[in-house]
Amino acid sequence: MSMEVTAQNFEANAAKALRDPNLRKAMGIISGPMASRRVETARELPEFEALRDEGVKIKNHVLQHIDLYLEKFEQQLTARGGKLHWCRTPREARETVLALCRSRDAKIVTKGKSMVTEEIGLNDFLLEHGITPVETDLGEYIIQLAHEPPSHIIGPALHKTREQIADLFEEHHPDYELNGKKAGTRSTEPQVLVTEARSVLRDTYFRADVGITGANFLIAETGATVIVTNEGNGDLTQSLPKMHIAVSSIEKVIPTLEDLSTILRVLARSATGQEMSCYTTLSCGPKRAEDIDGPEEFHVVLVDNGRSEMLGTALQPLLRCIRCGACMNNCPVYHSVGGHAYGWVYPGPIGAALDPHMIGLETARHLPNASTFCGKCEEVCPMRIPLPDIMRHWRELAHEQQITPPLQRWGIEAWAFAAKHPWLYRLGARVAIAALKLLGKDKGRIASLPLASGWTDGRDFPAPQSADTFMSQYKKRSH
Amino acid sequence: MSSIDSKPRVALFVTCLVDLFRPSVGFATLKLLEDAGCVVSVPEAQVCCGQPAYNSGDRKDTVAIARQVIEAFEDYDYVVAPSGSCGGMIKDHYPALFAAEPDWQRRAEDLSARMFELTSFLVDVLKADPVAAKLEAKVTYHDSCSGLRELGVKAQPRALLGSVEGVELVEMQTPETCCGFGGTFCVKYGEVSTDIVTRKTADIAGTGADMLLAGDMGCLLNMAGRLKREGSSIQVRHVAEVLAGMTDMPAIGESK
Repeated sequence: MSMEVTAQNFEANAAKALRDPNLRKAMGIISGPMASRRVETARELPEFEALRDEGVKIKNHVLQHIDLYLEKFEQQLTARGGKLHWCRTPREARETVLALCRSRDAKIVTKGKSMVTEEIGLNDFLLEHGITPVETDLGEYIIQLAHEPPSHIIGPALHKTREQIADLFEEHHPDYELNGKKAGTRSTEPQVLVTEARSVLRDTYFRADVGITGANFLIAETGATVIVTNEGNGDLTQSLPKMHIAVSSIEKVIPTLEDLSTILRVLARSATGQEMSCYTTLSCGPKRAEDIDGPEEFHVVLVDNGRSEMLGTALQPLLRCIRCGACMNNCPVYHSVGGHAYGWVYPGPIGAALDPHMIGLETARHLPNASTFCGKCEEVCPMRIPLPDIMRHWRELAHEQQITPPLQRWGIEAWAFAAKHPWLYRLGARVAIAALKLLGKDKGRIASLPLASGWTDGRDFPAPQSADTFMSQYKKRSH
Repeated sequence: MSSIDSKPRVALFVTCLVDLFRPSVGFATLKLLEDAGCVVSVPEAQVCCGQPAYNSGDRKDTVAIARQVIEAFEDYDYVVAPSGSCGGMIKDHYPALFAAEPDWQRRAEDLSARMFELTSFLVDVLKADPVAAKLEAKVTYHDSCSGLRELGVKAQPRALLGSVEGVELVEMQTPETCCGFGGTFCVKYGEVSTDIVTRKTADIAGTGADMLLAGDMGCLLNMAGRLKREGSSIQVRHVAEVLAGMTDMPAIGESK
């Protein structure tokens, strides 16, 4: 299901998420095991920090010469019998994929996990045109059954509990029967659920006319596309049908296989805390005469969708992103509200920095504001993307363009006016703390402040220690 | 720029939250700096570091406030704040504000080099002797985000607490996880902020400590506010109060 934009309703989305007991239960795995596994596997690799620096260097170099590397990639891809389709907009990309599917008279397409296909809204578009996309990544398959968008860029169904998944399978697989599990019964055992999804999907792989995957990397020197998965579903998706379409975006290009090996060493460690993901698959063109299997046609649909506009701007570092998800796995706000609250394809800190560019600052204005600026995302980002700085950049634009609500804007400007006039500031401060001190009465704290209900609804407000500021007390002491 | 009698001349950057909510932290900081052999001044022209404007996207006002701070603190060997957040703003962010004004950028960089968070100043710069304080308490320490990630404040407060007689330090499971304060975030997204601090207070309570310490008033007000709302008896204090042996006044959010 492609994603309806609800980023403008972040506050309501967040409020709903905070009251969703299933979501709260499911989020425990991200804030707990996923975050701590990253720390452990990184610690076990002495050169982890050096590899991060090397990865940043590789990506920065590519971004400075991206035209060159993309052309090189196309040359190599073409030489191996593949075809590159350049697409500026999501619409161009959707139309291109549709035309390719139609050329094969496709009814069913299997899909490996791809955030770019979410970004361009591919699934709904194919459905509207009579083609059934079937997601083969377990998480994507689950949310496809639930008619929901992904909530995490590498774990699309992380917001679902085992119980919810069992319910979905029971509803959608009425005839399934295997390994002692009776048709129409329910199991919450992960192994049973995985086996069930696998055997249901197995048949689809053979019926599919086209296989669509994403690509984590495009290798310029060989023209290969690369996917990393843990389930092996991507391999079946791309090698069984007659046509393989890899949908990817321009910043995924890297110069060499050597660079790939460098970045792969930080990718899985940052993402799931694995040393390597189970499968790293390179697609090097269609089936050759001497190959026993593989697709007859290999197409790469390369999406720009605003990325080239980011080059040379404050947003350029975002193009280093390798979509590992470490920023959301470690974000306190994401832990509280989950991915759907962000209201578009890319949630968490990377979404807060990227989405305003993709869907407009007015629509996405909450996202860069809904951050404590704790800096954890930048600390864990393998590509050292300065995510808080980029969120601040959006806050500055929102302030300049008066997208920030007037009350907030005037509030900060009034405060700043006082801060620029110390006598006025001191006067205001004395009045404010005297009042707060009074409200704190003999308890030392205030249970309710109408103008700061955001604070006092869930917390007491500690009263000032004294009705006199430090500056004033200090002055009295030294005279 | 060292002074004639070779004692370092230190300016105290009080920070607005200490000025308004907890003057005792200012006096504790003065005592710690003086005990460590500094000549301390409190420049009167100081107000705020400008962080609320900076993080609200009001760049123009931020720059104006930063100029004011740079001027007020020009004549000292060092500038010390009982805060990693304000310290980080001045040390880490000021120079970048003046990318287009070389003269001001030089002055911002000069201030940046002299700017320190209190515990890191005592340990890293002064290499001060152990503090003379005493306190019978089981404490846990929250690492404030800016101090930790912008200034590398982690071992310093713990080293100093280690020299306080009677203090036992017990660590949280995630002492480095944000408490959810986030400046204006705590009011603008109050429910999310409350949810984050509720995870934090659970971690704090899980340590069995009877006192929570940190080096930043914003985090402390937030965590104290939630602990008190939960009815917790855990006392919340700024680490400077404990290090200076000034724990006789009521803890944050308390009256006795």
